[in-house]
Amino acid sequence: MIHIKLHRSKSGIKRSYFADFGIYLFLLLFGIFMMMPMVYAISNSIKPLEEIWYFPPRFLVNNPTLENFRDLMVVMSDSWVPFSRYIFNTFFITAVGTLGHVVLASLCAYVLSKHHFPGKGILFSVVVLSLMFSGAVTQIPNFIIISKLGWIDSYQAIIIPAFASSLGLYLMKQFMDQMIPDAVLESARMDGASEWNIFWKIVMPMVKPAWLTLIIFSIQGLWGTGANHFIQSEELKTLNYALSQILAGGIVRTGTGSAAAVLMMIVPIIVFVISQSKIIETMSASGMKE
Amino acid sequence: MNKDLAIRGNAISKKPDYFLKRRLEKGWKSIKKNRVAYLFAAPYMILFFAFTALPVIVSLGLGFFSFNLLEAPIFVGMDNYIRLFLGDDIFIKAIGNTFLLAVMVGPIGFLMCLLFAWLINELPKSLRTILTLIFYAPSISGNIYLVWGIFFNKDAYGYANAILLRYNIISSPILWFENPQYMMPLVVVVALWTSVGTSFLSFIAGLQGIDRTLYEAAAMDGVKNRWQELWYVTLPSMKPQLMFGAVMSITGAFGTGAIVTALCGMPSTGYAAHTIVNHLEDYGSIRYEMGYASAIATILFVIMIGTNIIIQKLLSKVGD
Repeated sequence: MIHIKLHRSKSGIKRSYFADFGIYLFLLLFGIFMMMPMVYAISNSIKPLEEIWYFPPRFLVNNPTLENFRDLMVVMSDSWVPFSRYIFNTFFITAVGTLGHVVLASLCAYVLSKHHFPGKGILFSVVVLSLMFSGAVTQIPNFIIISKLGWIDSYQAIIIPAFASSLGLYLMKQFMDQMIPDAVLESARMDGASEWNIFWKIVMPMVKPAWLTLIIFSIQGLWGTGANHFIQSEELKTLNYALSQILAGGIVRTGTGSAAAVLMMIVPIIVFVISQSKIIETMSASGMKE
Repeated sequence: MNKDLAIRGNAISKKPDYFLKRRLEKGWKSIKKNRVAYLFAAPYMILFFAFTALPVIVSLGLGFFSFNLLEAPIFVGMDNYIRLFLGDDIFIKAIGNTFLLAVMVGPIGFLMCLLFAWLINELPKSLRTILTLIFYAPSISGNIYLVWGIFFNKDAYGYANAILLRYNIISSPILWFENPQYMMPLVVVVALWTSVGTSFLSFIAGLQGIDRTLYEAAAMDGVKNRWQELWYVTLPSMKPQLMFGAVMSITGAFGTGAIVTALCGMPSTGYAAHTIVNHLEDYGSIRYEMGYASAIATILFVIMIGTNIIIQKLLSKVGD
């Protein structure tokens, strides 16, 4: 007879070590699969050129070098604009778009969550409905609207629509529903605080975890801004666009392309590492009621 | 009798006017009373309507027109839709590819998120934090999926080809993203790789929020193993997160298009990986047939909303 060793989990249910081992193995294998392309990109980005020409190609690097990152500036110097311009554009779009989104979405989420006024139910339902289709659906009319506004070839063509991303409003409103007791707001009103002060001095500090969540989702959307029909002039184009241009150069550009890819992924990952626990806290309120 | 009717008629004809006035007055009063609320909501809502709600309406309408951005739109009735379903073989192919992708990436992606979140839930905190980052990172790293293009490069310097060549599994490099045999499977793998996103975080949070005493109570009621625990306690307790995650997964899966363009080109060889989103881009941004593209957008909209609503109905039954 086989005796499977059992232990007890926190909840008191019996668990076998055998199954635990299986779970660890499974997580390890999938972890490797998920990380492999990132590791490959990092390893390629620090390969000297001769190692890229090794045959057969090696997955990992032998003599790491930073020359690809330096080349990134040089390779792109024969394009119309310096590489640093693409970096600046991406930073600028992401920073301004994210800031505006957090402020406007929080402001709107606050009244949707804590005020009672006619039309509020419908407004929120429409926002929830908009989570159910992606940006591709609205792409063509948006092009028409943006061009009628005269925003083609400007930063605001990308930044202003990003202010009104619906996922951020949804998460912020759900989080406020859960985290902010009405009594706090009532007592502030009794003390004669203005609505703006209540929002800015009481509500906003209480929903700090949700800011971080809105920030990471906004960055996720904006940092990857790539080739775009709204932007035609080279000096307004973004890092992601530059990356695809470099990679189009083929195998010779593997090193520099990977360096650009590493630059692309490093920023959102750092932001996520810093804010992970707060984001999970916010996501606990993300659930949909029937 | 007649007089009576006349008076009544008069009263009726007066009525709407009177009520309208009162309603308007009441409405104005309520707007004034809630002016702060409207003022706070306005900046976001105006932008939301301008760039999300209005475009949907415009798209629904434009689907009935022929429009090239330069000349005034010409009303063509159902022509665009007739042409899509009866005269456009590539669109039919795109629908097939999109549904294939959605069926593979939607449910499998959703289950991957749930499985990972569930498996890492009981691990020590530091290990859980690291694994969360590893699984989530691909979905936030911008267009890092382009790296798959380097890995599966079509010549012998691509890593995948090099390995297969070295062990004599193949004799000449495979054109991974130009051979229809490999295009769709690779797009599915890459799409799945990026699909552990928002839903995953939502599930982790949902799992951590479950009341521990529920498990103790369930153990007393005779729940024996972790599968029973999952089905009878865990899933019903995190139903709201499951519903949110489903919306994220479905919308993401039907919206696949950028990955196809980045890896297989636009259009992909023989349209083998062409999706509805790609078809939309083709007509909207390359051929400038805005009316036709709007009809495609409308169909995509209906598919996305319809699937989401059906899945919400099904999920609301979990654990009932």
